[in-house]
Amino acid sequence: MAKIIVDGTEIDVPAEFTLLQACEAAGAEVPRFCFHERLSIAGNCRMCLVEVKGGPPKPTASCAMSVRDLRPGPNGEPPVVLTTSPMVKKAREGVMEFLLINHPLDCPICDQGGECDLQDQAMAYGVDTSRFAENKRAVEDKYIGPLVKTQMNRCIQCTRCVRFTTEVAGIAELGAIGRGEDMEITTYLEKAMSSEMQGNVIDLCPVGALTSKPYAFKARPWELSKTESVDVMDALGSAIRVDARGREVMRILPRLNEAVNEEWISDKTRFIWDGLRSQRLDRPYIREKGKLRPASWGEAFAAIAARVKAAKPEGIGAIAGDLASVEEMFALKLLMEGLGSKNIDGRQDGTVLHPKFGRASYLFNATVQGIEDADVILLVGSNPRKEASVLNARIRKRWRAGGLTVARIGEPADLTYAVTDLGAGPETLAELASGKHSFAATIAKAKRPLVIVGQGALTRADGLAVFALAAKVASSAAEPAEGWNGLSVLHTAAARVGALDLGLVPGEGGLDAKAMAAGGVEVLFLMGADEIEVGPGPFVVYQGTHGDKGAHRADVILPGAAYTEKSGLYVNTEGRVQLGNRAGFPPGEAREDWAILRALSDVLGRKLPFDSLSDLRKGLFAAHPHMAGIDAIAAGSAVDAAALAKAGGAIDKAPFRDAIGDLYLTNPIARASAVMADCSAIASGRVPAAAE
Amino acid sequence: MAVRRLASEAIQPASFAFDAENLAWAKTVIARYPEGRQASAVIPLLWRAQEQHDYWLPKAAIEYVAEMLGMAYIRVLEVATFYTMFNLEPVGRFFVQLCGTTPCRLRGADDIIKVCHDRIGDQRHVTADGNFSWLEVECLGACCNAPMVQINNDYYEDLTAENFTKLLDDLAAGRPVKKGSQIGRTASEPVGELTTLTDASLYDGSVVGAWRKRFEEEAAKAEAPVDTQAIAAQAAAEPKPAKPSSARPEQASDTPAHRVAAGKAPVSKAKKAGAADKNKTDATAPELPLGEEPKKTARKKAEKADESKG
Repeated sequence: MAKIIVDGTEIDVPAEFTLLQACEAAGAEVPRFCFHERLSIAGNCRMCLVEVKGGPPKPTASCAMSVRDLRPGPNGEPPVVLTTSPMVKKAREGVMEFLLINHPLDCPICDQGGECDLQDQAMAYGVDTSRFAENKRAVEDKYIGPLVKTQMNRCIQCTRCVRFTTEVAGIAELGAIGRGEDMEITTYLEKAMSSEMQGNVIDLCPVGALTSKPYAFKARPWELSKTESVDVMDALGSAIRVDARGREVMRILPRLNEAVNEEWISDKTRFIWDGLRSQRLDRPYIREKGKLRPASWGEAFAAIAARVKAAKPEGIGAIAGDLASVEEMFALKLLMEGLGSKNIDGRQDGTVLHPKFGRASYLFNATVQGIEDADVILLVGSNPRKEASVLNARIRKRWRAGGLTVARIGEPADLTYAVTDLGAGPETLAELASGKHSFAATIAKAKRPLVIVGQGALTRADGLAVFALAAKVASSAAEPAEGWNGLSVLHTAAARVGALDLGLVPGEGGLDAKAMAAGGVEVLFLMGADEIEVGPGPFVVYQGTHGDKGAHRADVILPGAAYTEKSGLYVNTEGRVQLGNRAGFPPGEAREDWAILRALSDVLGRKLPFDSLSDLRKGLFAAHPHMAGIDAIAAGSAVDAAALAKAGGAIDKAPFRDAIGDLYLTNPIARASAVMADCSAIASGRVPAAAE
Repeated sequence: MAVRRLASEAIQPASFAFDAENLAWAKTVIARYPEGRQASAVIPLLWRAQEQHDYWLPKAAIEYVAEMLGMAYIRVLEVATFYTMFNLEPVGRFFVQLCGTTPCRLRGADDIIKVCHDRIGDQRHVTADGNFSWLEVECLGACCNAPMVQINNDYYEDLTAENFTKLLDDLAAGRPVKKGSQIGRTASEPVGELTTLTDASLYDGSVVGAWRKRFEEEAAKAEAPVDTQAIAAQAAAEPKPAKPSSARPEQASDTPAHRVAAGKAPVSKAKKAGAADKNKTDATAPELPLGEEPKKTARKKAEKADESKG
């Protein structure tokens, strides 16, 4: 720790702090453009100039000088930093004037207006006039992909975007070509960026040079209602802020959550919102003579009731989808229990995970933050870049810090960090578990080995055996650190952990999702389950948001609410219970899903015991107390690898396949989004990148 | 400086690769840097690629170098566009880089620029026969021999419109040309005869060790006993000159300010009356002693008077 006096207040800060951090610790505000906490230090905007005593006798860029670089005074006084002195004021005004020399005065037509760092800081630290009478620089706009719009005249060359893509996203595609006044930010020959996290450069850009292309000229920040919520596009549950105008979601921004997503979100999370408007189911439908016709709620319920009453209890089944919240799955489970059916499954992808092995058997036990402590990471049948892009960035962050070995058993893919490929299938894992593989020694030596098991390894017939092997590998460290549980399951669906927590698995003698979809039941209730092919036979009731695969097969459609239109709990892959909030109302006659189930239960004569969401939650919290701990993780006890192995059986020889084919088309909302379709086309190379 | 872009797609070659000699050279350059730091070789490699490819860097060469060093294409493009020594577009067989910085300008670079305009055309434009293109650059460090140009790898100095025109003609015709100064001097030795360092003793060896001799003499002087009598005698014979003003009487001051300070009227009635008379001279102006600056004295005194008043 080092003492330093900031504006007359003496504080104690770690010596490696930069002056800027020290000033912030002392409560002094220092303006900045190029500096960002999570990126490397560039020191090129000069906005953070401060006056120091004990350092060079000139204004000093506080972001690039650390506290330990300053000398104490002649009698050992701590160094002094001034952030409000006349010298600092003049320096800031000078820097601001230089920055504004080439910055266009187009704030009224700039999408950054109202949330622009340059605008705000020019108001706070600038002068009211310019002495610059010459022409401003003009820069050609660049094409850098379908998501990020460029207005390069506005660029102040802070290079935050270049540093983000290179350091965090791990794609060295953005760069600054030319020099001096002619420096330009671009991708190589204006190719589209290939990162699945590129949208974050929009937030990072302190001016309006990089803005959101889909959101361009749509709204002003001050007319949007802001709702803090949770993302459901992947199982990570990134913290988001949903900005809506009236009923329509206009954009989605990240929220700070150090434990989950830091301050990044994936492009799918950010740009999904146009999918919330198209292909929506806004009224009930009934299939008559092979065609769907609009119906009233009463008609739809009556049609369902007729079929349900005709069916035996074991002829009724339900499958919960990937985006369902805990509340509606709880209501579904109660309804099925009421109907006396044991055919219920929340695992439409056919994963072998089961609550009977304990909660730790289906969680990312190491936690997302725990990745930063890991010293060896083994990926088993997982491609985290596709399955949870932000989590992949966390692994990259850990890898960049040094001292991390990443190995993989599964499909080779570029994960933005160095990965050793050990093999393709379960045989390699078996070798590793038995200690025959050379990599086994590396894991044995590790203090905090992290084994990430993806759904690619668990949705197979031999999934349980593979999982038992992975559990054995995870526990094969000779001297593991205290309290470390490295066996981590990476889920692909936001609803999955919630479903497993609630026990949405077939009861004794019940049918699982695959058996139900194959025609094992007479009446099949799909709650947003679109990723499963339902064969001919069952009478399908589809409750969901979009006219997607499930709706196409449905005999009755009940329009539900998307994740931005309801308040609901989601449990992320590490078992963290998070609350999503309602940013708007569902369209037309669509209703919140728990309310639909409650109304349907009444018609079926199995009235559910709640009349409001708070009643429902009371029942939920009574049955599953850990659901009440919002933002907390109720850790399970370590998995018993031997028990798993006993249940597992023999392994297959087939190599692991990634769980996610097309990252941008994994759920009904994404499939309805035109932006996601563009991203998907570019990612798969169907369209030449610079097709604009 | 201007925005620098890659040449148009139409003239970009399909591929680029080092020839055997350059490839071997490139490997030695890369080997200079430790493992994982190969990117340090990017500038030498780009330069060699440019030399091999008619003095300009095509897109294919940038990508070739990037792949050779394991760098992202954009990183190499950044370097290639940052340094103006990398030509991104074709240049003439004789690429004239003309120094347009101050010393050359003062010595007539404008004439040379005019020749370039007349002979070659605009900057960054290759003549129809492919022989010439030119570019104004910043100081090339041959200011002694200004004005000068660099053509390909050689300097041509002491240019005039005439000898530069002839130089271009000779180059175009393939005649041998003289590198360096075009007026016959060697390197940057003086034009005509020597004007400094002309003392013959500088060159006969007599000054070798002179500095040591001087030190020895001074050391001997310091060791000798101080002759106080001699110093006193010298002081008596050559008294220290006093300040110039010490022996002079205080200057009589008679300015309006002094008069006011003394309680008199600043200007007498008689003087006021005669002020308009052009023939009349001011006889009361005090005569100043030689060497005294009149303005300064007057101002100083006025200030003094003001002080006493205040």
